[in-house]
Amino acid sequence: MLNIKGLQENGYHILILEGEVDASNSVLLDESIQKLIADGSEAILIDGKRLEYISSAGLGVFMSYLEDFQEKNIDFRIFGLSEKVLEVFKILGLHQLMAIFPDKQTALSS
Amino acid sequence: MEQRITIYCQTTALAELRDFLRGTLTMPFLSENDKLQLILAVEEVCANLIIHSHGCNAKDHIDLEVKESPGKLVFEITDKGKAFNLLDYEIPDLNKVKGEKRKGGLGIILVKRIMDEIEFESAKGTNTCRLIKWFQS
Repeated sequence: MLNIKGLQENGYHILILEGEVDASNSVLLDESIQKLIADGSEAILIDGKRLEYISSAGLGVFMSYLEDFQEKNIDFRIFGLSEKVLEVFKILGLHQLMAIFPDKQTALSS
Repeated sequence: MEQRITIYCQTTALAELRDFLRGTLTMPFLSENDKLQLILAVEEVCANLIIHSHGCNAKDHIDLEVKESPGKLVFEITDKGKAFNLLDYEIPDLNKVKGEKRKGGLGIILVKRIMDEIEFESAKGTNTCRLIKWFQS
């Protein structure tokens, strides 16, 4: 079960992920990011505080947009991942390709 | 100790698979990180089978058996779809995946990095993928 809520704050488009991302629902995450890019967002923040699980289907969605973020100069940041979810990003080395912060305050002020 | 589950080949069965594994992986020597990573690796293999070997055909099924023996956990996944031998797939370069804007390919990296041994065999139309994790007890 995955819920995605979008809001705007301090010039950032924030996507709050709640639940589990897997191959059955990663399309929702894909569509949410795609829409923000299409709408011309310049800064996207992923709130992962309530993200309990993410499989390669979800991680692949982030990966597939990293080039677009660079090309379009979109500031993309993730924050609030639990230790065990962050560990999955680290197994793949994604923490070296994405800007990941412990909390919202650090994400916004860095 | 042995526990088994049969799931049907649709991606919505993955949540059911995780529930089963959460209920099975209760051994005291497993940390929360271990549990999540084992669940993830097993799910990645099953998701690949569901999507690529069975084309999400809900009439097909996959069997999973979890076996605990001293010092190791074995996850045996059997199916009758198109053989998908993980061992034949090389780990893709992450920068290449990024450059090609690909969404796939990461699951295999996770399975290979999380598990200690992977075995695959195919005989008489049945494919068996064995994922093995060793633990110090």
